[in-house]
Formats: sequence, C-alpha cells, structure tokens
Amino acid sequence: MPAWKRFKKNKLAVVSLVFLCLISMMAVFAPVITTYSYDEQNIEQRLETPSRQYWMGTDMLGRDLYSRVLYGARMSIAVGVCTALFSLVVGTLLGALAGYRGGWTDHLVMRGVDLFYIFPSLLFAIILMMFLGRGFVGIILALGATAWVTQARLVRAQVLQARELAYVEAARAMGVRSIPIIFRHILPNLWGPIIVSLTMQIPSNIMAESFLSFIGLGLQPPFSSWGTLANEGFRAMRSYPHLIIFPGTILFVTMLAFNYLGDGLRDVLDPHNREGVIS
Amino acid sequence: MFTYSIQRLAIAVPVLLLLAALTFFLLRLAPGGPFDGDVVWPPEVQANILKKYELDQPVHIQFTHWLGDVVRGDLRESFQYLGRPVREIISDALPASLFLGSMALLLACASGITLGAVAAWKQNTWIDHTAMFVAISGISLPTYLVATVLILIFSLWLDWFPPALWDEPGSAVLPIITLAWRPLAMIARLTRTMMIETFSADYVRTAYSKGMSESAVVFKHVLKNSLIPVITLLGPITASLVTGSFLVEIVFQVPGIGKHFVQAVINRDYPLVMGVTLVYGVVLILCNLAVDLIYAWVDPRIRLKG
Repeated sequence: MPAWKRFKKNKLAVVSLVFLCLISMMAVFAPVITTYSYDEQNIEQRLETPSRQYWMGTDMLGRDLYSRVLYGARMSIAVGVCTALFSLVVGTLLGALAGYRGGWTDHLVMRGVDLFYIFPSLLFAIILMMFLGRGFVGIILALGATAWVTQARLVRAQVLQARELAYVEAARAMGVRSIPIIFRHILPNLWGPIIVSLTMQIPSNIMAESFLSFIGLGLQPPFSSWGTLANEGFRAMRSYPHLIIFPGTILFVTMLAFNYLGDGLRDVLDPHNREGVIS
Repeated sequence: MFTYSIQRLAIAVPVLLLLAALTFFLLRLAPGGPFDGDVVWPPEVQANILKKYELDQPVHIQFTHWLGDVVRGDLRESFQYLGRPVREIISDALPASLFLGSMALLLACASGITLGAVAAWKQNTWIDHTAMFVAISGISLPTYLVATVLILIFSLWLDWFPPALWDEPGSAVLPIITLAWRPLAMIARLTRTMMIETFSADYVRTAYSKGMSESAVVFKHVLKNSLIPVITLLGPITASLVTGSFLVEIVFQVPGIGKHFVQAVINRDYPLVMGVTLVYGVVLILCNLAVDLIYAWVDPRIRLKG
C-alpha cells in the first residue's frame, strides 16, 4: 500500500496535519485576521477577561491577547521550522560525510556529537544566547548549534547501512566520486527517515524556544512568542488565569498535533525506527 | 569492567576540559560584563575592579589561571554574592537539587514502567489509550505548563500543597511531580513499545505453551526483558532532569543549583557559571557511566571492552 494511503488510515495523524496547516495559515495571515496589532496598548482596557471585542481578553498593558497569541504562533512556528531546517542541512551534511568517509572525518564529527549528546542542549543554548543576543537569528543559532546532533547521528547510521548496498557499490565501480554518490544516490533514498526526524524536531525546537523565553532569555519585548506569553501569563496566573490558559492550551494542542503527526509518519515512512519513540 | 570504568573516567577529563573551555570563552566573549551595572565608576575604580578579578588580562591567560585554581580545588569567589566562595554556594544548593532530581527519577521510573506495562498488557483497550494519552501529553506539555496546571489545581484550587518555597515536606511534592512528568512519559512510551515487541518473541510463546499463568509470563519474561532497552533512556533522562530543574527551581523557588545557574548567566557571574557547569559535567558523566555499567550488568550479551 502506498505510504499516503496508509497514512490516511491514521485518523489522529490526519486531524493533526489539518490542525497544523490551519494554525500555520492563521499565523501567516495574522495581520489580516486580527483587529488589533500585537503591540497596540490600550491602558483603559487592561487585563480584561474574554469578551466579544477581545476574544481572549487583554494583557496587563491592554494588548489584545488573541493578536498576541497569533503573532506568537508566527514567532514560535518560525523558530521551530527554521531551526529544524538549519539542523537538517548541517546535520545531514556532517552525518552523511562522517558515515560515508569514515576515518578521521567520522571520528571528529562523532566526538562533537558525543559532547553535545551527553550535555543538556539547553545548557549550551543559555550560554550561547548571551553571546548571540536575544533576537530571532540568535535563538535559531543557539538552538541549532546542538539540534544538528540528532540529525547527524540518524543520517550517519543510515548512510553506514546504505554504503554497503549494491546500487552504491555499482556507482562506485562506475567511478562516481564520493560527493555525487552521497547527494545523488544515498540521500534521496533516505527521505523517509529524514522527514520523520524533521517532524519530530519542530516541536522540540518550539518547546526549547518557549523554555528560553519563559526563563527570560528568549525574544525581547514587545515581540511575543508562546514562551514569552506563558511567562507573562504565569506571573499573573493567580488573578488572571486567562493569560496563561489561552497561550498554554494552544501551545499544548500544537505540540500534541506535531507528536501525533510524527508518530503517524514514523509508522508509515520509517517503521523500524525505535528511537523516535523517546523524543 | 573495572578497566573499562577507569578508561571512561580518563576520557572524561578532556571532555570536561573542552566543556569548561567552551563555556569560559563564550562567556568572556559575550557582550556585557559582570560590573556593567547602572553605576558608572570612575575609570581608576573600574580598572582596579577589573584588575582584582583578572578581567583585564587576555582570555586565554584568564582561563589557564582559572584552571590552575580549579585543579587546586578553588572555584573562586562569586561576583554576585561578594565574598562567598563558589564552592560554598554550590555545596549549599546541591542537596536540594540532588534530592529533587533523584526523587523525580524514582517517581518517573516507577510510574513510567507501570504505565507502559499496563498499556502494553491491555493493548488497544481504553486503558492503553488513556495511558498513552497521558504519555504523549507528558511529551507535549512544556515543563512550565505542567507546573502551572499543578499549581492551579493543587495549590490555588484544592489548597493541598504550597505553590512555592522550600520549607516544609509538602513543598517538595509539586516540584517532584513536575520534574518527573516528562521522563515518565518517555519511559512509559518506550516500555510499551518494547513490551509489545517482546510479547511476540518465541520464548514468550513457549512460556504460554508450558501452561504458565498470564501474570507469570508478563512479569517473569516480558517485563524483565523489555526493561533492558529502557535503561539506555536513563542517559537522556538525566540530561532532561538537569534542564527541567532550571525551570522547576525557578518556578517553585527551590534553592537549588539550577536556579543559581540561570541567574548567574544573566548576571555574568563567571565563577559561579563555571562552577555549576563543571558540577553538571561531572554528574552527567558519572550518570552516563553508571547507565552503561548497569546495562552491561543486566544484559550479559553485552561485553564492555576496555
């Protein structure tokens, strides 16, 4: 059965995919579908509970929470996707080189992988954030600096197997050099596991960004991401629970959707992968 | 196994050195310094302060001096808490963090394995679906939201446990559950997958055909063999407990080293950041070694070669 048909049977994964498309569209078109801007302050209407005018209420500066959640989605999803792409490119390149070339290339890359694998990536990210500054690019680099490791491990393991397969040997026998073999012959056959790991990476990046923002090392105000919103909401949680409930719920549902989608894709595209279970 | 451990510990030294160097240089190169407060010092005073803390020297010389002090067992004094040695700050804060971490690990293992095992045993029933929803929500909920939900329900609404602070036995409950939530989910998911795989093994069929009762098969054969891969999870879990503790300690006001770490990075308290990073490095290396040794011990097929 083709992969798409099998995937369609998994209701939860399909619903998740639809939800994720929807929320991404809402994030992209945030300026069109919101009445207020994310930084428009209205001091007379601070901390209002949800009403017809403000669907999700207003925050302590009188800003429309609905707008801030949508603009926050923009930031969070963009960070998640860009970091995943960054680590996809870096991790795939390094992993493929290490796996195919072996020898000291492999040694060098894998020692780097070991280092980042033992130590909590957020520990590095916190230190890197100081260095790179609290901007969009800074966050992506700080998270990407360690996120490539998972990808590199995965690709290396796959390349090690593929290296011994007949079609690669045939290409080598025909005199094709290493770089074209990696890019034209090996990597195109690995798209399944790569897509799966990409789907699994996005939510963990979104989570990592929201962690940094929550402890006050992420994006700077007035920009909002789901993490900064949760941070603001957490402080006011006693008296104004709507400030944490709305961004929190949407973040939770998005994470849930990514995880269900990832599980569904893994069952279809990469059925032997066990490691994805833990991430 | 003894030679293996010694070798692993020997490799740990350059790893720690690399970690320390990386952190040290990144911190020094990052914009902003520890004494960049609101007060503008006269240039002479500024120069004197920098001189006292050797901050006027080139970074690599600062690093070698610092390393020399560390080898002699001196982690220097904190910038932020003037006059307090970093070693003292860490030894005051470490017990709380270790207690929190080990209790969370115990809770996560005990409930994660139970949850995963029950789910696998009752595969595709409502029990399985509920257990797996709990597990996937543990992976999807950021730690601070777990904390928020727990505080909202158990402190503000039911008033069972205090929402923060660290002064009575009850105050440890919510931080431990928060910290354990994510590892619990990871363990439950892997246990379930492994058990379902083991259920189809030949020796399980043999056990059933010998007439063993279902519970005996599940506990003696399936569970025992499924737990071996779960042990490998303990490495990533220790790492996740460390990061989790940053947040849990901030949110619940636990006087542990995670809270110090974040605060010290923000305040550019170089000696404290370096001290805490080293402690984390040592703890993580020891935990990973322990995981490998336990793994080899429970699974005789694995031979650790020196």
